[in-house]
Amino acid sequence: MSERNLTRKPGEVETTGHEWDGIEELNNPLPRWWLWTFYATIFWALIYTILFPAWPLISGATPGLLGFSTRANVAAEIARVEAANAPMRDRLVAADLTAIKDDPELLQFATSAGAAVFRTNCSQCHGSGAAGVQASGYPNLLDDDWIWGGAMEDIHTTITHGIRNTTDDQARYSQMPAFGVDGLLEPAQIDAVVQHVLAISGQEHDAALAAEGAVVFAENCAACHTEAGTGDRALGAPNLTDAIWLYGGTVADLTYTVTNARFGVMPNWNTRLSEAEIRSVALYVHSLGGGE
Amino acid sequence: MWEYLKLIVLAVVAVGAAIAANYAHDLPYMVNAVVVMLAAAITFLWTLRHVGDAPSLADVSANYNDGVVRAGVIATTFWGIVGFLVGVVIAFQLAFPQLNPAWSQGILNFGRLRPLHTSAVIFAFGGNALIMSSFYIVQRTSAVRLWGGNLGWFVFWGWQLMIVLAATSYVLGGTQGKEYAETVWYIDLWITVVWVAFLLTFLGTLMSRKEPHIYVANWFLLSMIVTVAMLHVVNNAAIPVSIFSSQSVPVYSGVQDAMVQWWYGHNAVGFFLTAGFLGMMYYFVPKQAERPIYSYKLSIIHFWALIFLYIWAGPHHLHYTALPDWASTLGMVFSVMLWMPSWGGMINGLMTLSGAWDKLRTDPIIRMMVVSIGFYGMSTFEGPMMSIRAVNSLSHYTDWTIGHVHSGALGWNGMITFGVLYFLTPRLWNRERLYSLQLVSWHFWLATIGIVLYASSMWVTGIMEGLMWREVDANGFLVNAFADTVAAKFPMYVVRALGGTLFLAGALIMCYNLWKTVTSVDSRSTAPSAVPAE
Repeated sequence: MSERNLTRKPGEVETTGHEWDGIEELNNPLPRWWLWTFYATIFWALIYTILFPAWPLISGATPGLLGFSTRANVAAEIARVEAANAPMRDRLVAADLTAIKDDPELLQFATSAGAAVFRTNCSQCHGSGAAGVQASGYPNLLDDDWIWGGAMEDIHTTITHGIRNTTDDQARYSQMPAFGVDGLLEPAQIDAVVQHVLAISGQEHDAALAAEGAVVFAENCAACHTEAGTGDRALGAPNLTDAIWLYGGTVADLTYTVTNARFGVMPNWNTRLSEAEIRSVALYVHSLGGGE
Repeated sequence: MWEYLKLIVLAVVAVGAAIAANYAHDLPYMVNAVVVMLAAAITFLWTLRHVGDAPSLADVSANYNDGVVRAGVIATTFWGIVGFLVGVVIAFQLAFPQLNPAWSQGILNFGRLRPLHTSAVIFAFGGNALIMSSFYIVQRTSAVRLWGGNLGWFVFWGWQLMIVLAATSYVLGGTQGKEYAETVWYIDLWITVVWVAFLLTFLGTLMSRKEPHIYVANWFLLSMIVTVAMLHVVNNAAIPVSIFSSQSVPVYSGVQDAMVQWWYGHNAVGFFLTAGFLGMMYYFVPKQAERPIYSYKLSIIHFWALIFLYIWAGPHHLHYTALPDWASTLGMVFSVMLWMPSWGGMINGLMTLSGAWDKLRTDPIIRMMVVSIGFYGMSTFEGPMMSIRAVNSLSHYTDWTIGHVHSGALGWNGMITFGVLYFLTPRLWNRERLYSLQLVSWHFWLATIGIVLYASSMWVTGIMEGLMWREVDANGFLVNAFADTVAAKFPMYVVRALGGTLFLAGALIMCYNLWKTVTSVDSRSTAPSAVPAE
């Protein structure tokens, strides 16, 4: 391959006189704007390092004339917001739980604080829109179907102490027996009781099996879920007669639930959130649509 | 004698690797040991079959070692396609999480494929492009054959072995957890060996040059090789848990570890992807444009300013972290001072074309190189801007960073490499011309539109999520949940994945074009460039 030498136009500056594999170099000066911009950035850099913490010394570094500190800045910003919100926070903690919603100013503050607490701490399980995740047994908080109660006090207690955790003595607690795994019911009985649950929740079912299942239900399930299957909030036993399911209402889901039982856990938030935060997020959840 | 010694070493390595595979503590280590065993066994057989062969005629007669550059062209193209493909896959995985099905967990989910993508494009595609063009450039501009006999071939195959080892260990979970330095300790050792061989080959050729001066491209390439060696060794200092385990403990901890990592990470960009590729630019742009370099003076000043300033800029990756404010300030001001030295390369590249601007109309390869230099200029303005603390408080951890990296990687590194591949293929295979310039144009437009879609969608999501994260209401309470920002990004994630698809499609067209150039274009009638230019 015979590359021809790279040609120069007439009137162009001289080359350096070297040539490599046909490549020459012109001897153009540095572009002025380039050079002056480069100087300007160096000048700016020098000034900046005098004003801001920059040069490392034996112990520590130059603090800079402006006294800038990212840590101090963020601490000051947090302190400013905390101080601004302090009066409202104190009012929130002092207020009667059920009376908060009657004080428009307090309600506005608590709802906006509660929404932020919810998005930061609760949305991971309950979803950022609070609709829950049915497949994983995270309850929907938008409806009026409450497992442990939907009044302000109930929600406040649930958030404060949590559910079935091992870290708070006052956590809400109950346990459904694993009827299949522990041999309390025969597979045939489980099939029957599932048909009965389908019947009382208004779903398509096998009437003959469901009638058998009604007996099984009365003997084994009614103690917690009540004879009619409407559930008992004191025990966290869900209502089985509506269309809302925590772990699914199909034959397969129900069979799995009766066979293995479920054990949904929620942490107690009293060690992570302040009373004001718990109250505000309780109010937020209460306000989502199903509050009683 | 030498060949028997080689056979003995290869046999020992193969047996040693088999034993290591047997005692392996973890799966990545075992698979890697098997790969090493196979590589040593294949090389053993190959060497055995060629014992006593006279050196082939082509090897002795040709004054340039172009075989290794040809192999490099093939490897660059191949790994480029692999890297882009994995990139497109993970872009779709981010937009549609269903594409991480349960059966693929722990092998092909996003977390495992992401380092595979970054390493494939940086070290497999970019690394092969750098090694292959260094070997081509240093021979041409020194007017001598590559130094060290078959050392160049050792570098080539050693690098491919490294890529296979890294890829197989990543998907099985073998990682150091350091971004762009995920390779585990024994692969790091192997990289060091190969890289030192690369340095020796390059330096040996330079020192035996017949030209009185060293061409500017070689300054950049040499600075890349030397600095990357230093960065690699310092950042990967670690103590293995066992010689039969892929796991190791880094010698640094806490913020020192973070600082060393980003000193490495930033200069991997600075020296591997900037200085090294500027070396490519400084040779191939004047060759393709058939014009002299615009300014020798500018090349000297911006070279020294660039390599002096780049090395201090790493702390800007750690603004608003445990890193002390003074280090963060220094990282920021050095990054801003780096703006003009970076642009020096852009000016020299673009101004070299002055007097040849008409070629933009007729030569799609020049067009590719110009767009590449354009993206280089844009990224090296965007970088210093994003390093400013106030800008960084918005941009950090957002997709803006991803967009910035890709306008550099796809636009600058990708496009210049495509230009080089189009330049080299007809010359290395002694063909009259490329198979089709029209297909080069197609590649050019697909790639350019792909990059524009990619970069602009990432600016939109990046700035949007940065603003959403910091949005507070009148009382100072956060307005958005993290999941809200993820949901809001969905449409732009689809656009990004489509942009990547276009870029990949362009590269596939290039593959076809290069293949047809080699297989169905007539040979050049004139003699090949067997005689070095004096």
